[in-house]
Amino acid sequence: MISCSEAVDRLWAYLDATVGHDERQEMEEHLALCLRCCGELEFAVALRRFLADSEREDVPPDVLARLRGTLEELGP
Amino acid sequence: MPVTETSRQREDFRALVRDQLPRLYALARVLVGSEAEDAVQDCMVKALEHYEQLHDPGAGAAWLKTILVNCCHDRLRARARQPEPVDFDDREAEGFSLYRKIAYEDPFPYSDSVHLDFLYGFSRDDVRAVLLALPDIYRIPLVLVHMEGYLAKETATLLQVPLGTVLSRLQRGRKAFEKGMWDYAQTHGLLKEGVR
Repeated sequence: MISCSEAVDRLWAYLDATVGHDERQEMEEHLALCLRCCGELEFAVALRRFLADSEREDVPPDVLARLRGTLEELGP
Repeated sequence: MPVTETSRQREDFRALVRDQLPRLYALARVLVGSEAEDAVQDCMVKALEHYEQLHDPGAGAAWLKTILVNCCHDRLRARARQPEPVDFDDREAEGFSLYRKIAYEDPFPYSDSVHLDFLYGFSRDDVRAVLLALPDIYRIPLVLVHMEGYLAKETATLLQVPLGTVLSRLQRGRKAFEKGMWDYAQTHGLLKEGVR
């Protein structure tokens, strides 16, 4: 069976489905027996969701006004 | 006066870009930080030059995003050519597990969900600061895949590097991001109960 550190190293690739068939099977065997790595997995899911939700940003009004101004001036 | 084809196209172009400006700016902020506004300006100019290549108006948002990523990438490459002090050592992040670190340090002893409370202590500005402190080679794939939803394969094409390189940068970037989150929380007082 793979070690916890190997499992943790592969966690995000496992969630991204970029691991091969054998590696996926090794991960699943490990996760079936290791409570701590299940915790790592749950946290990885939460952290990825958190990261995905962090991108939205309100554009400062002055920046938006300048960008819109440039857009209107573009072209002949 | 009849509306000409060219003026209609220009209006369509402006409507598309106007609609996408907030998204483009937000993405540029995490890719190039303070150069975001310039990167979006570059993107608008390039997009207008190549607007005739956009055949499917429904794909306009994704098309603009790709152009923006390329503009940001160009800016980062230009920046990389200028000598800059490097204080990032990714060996420190090797083997780091944020999950274990939080469990071990237990920063919120009265919490039933210490890991989630740790995450909720971060504002979007905090997350962006952590990302911007990462080396470009880690930050860009991380943002494109985990914030923008690109596949690793698409990211490799966009950045013109082999898929294996993207996968390895994602792996190391993830560790560096986790380590960066912990270090940032420590130095910015986010490890105190009830900080938010």
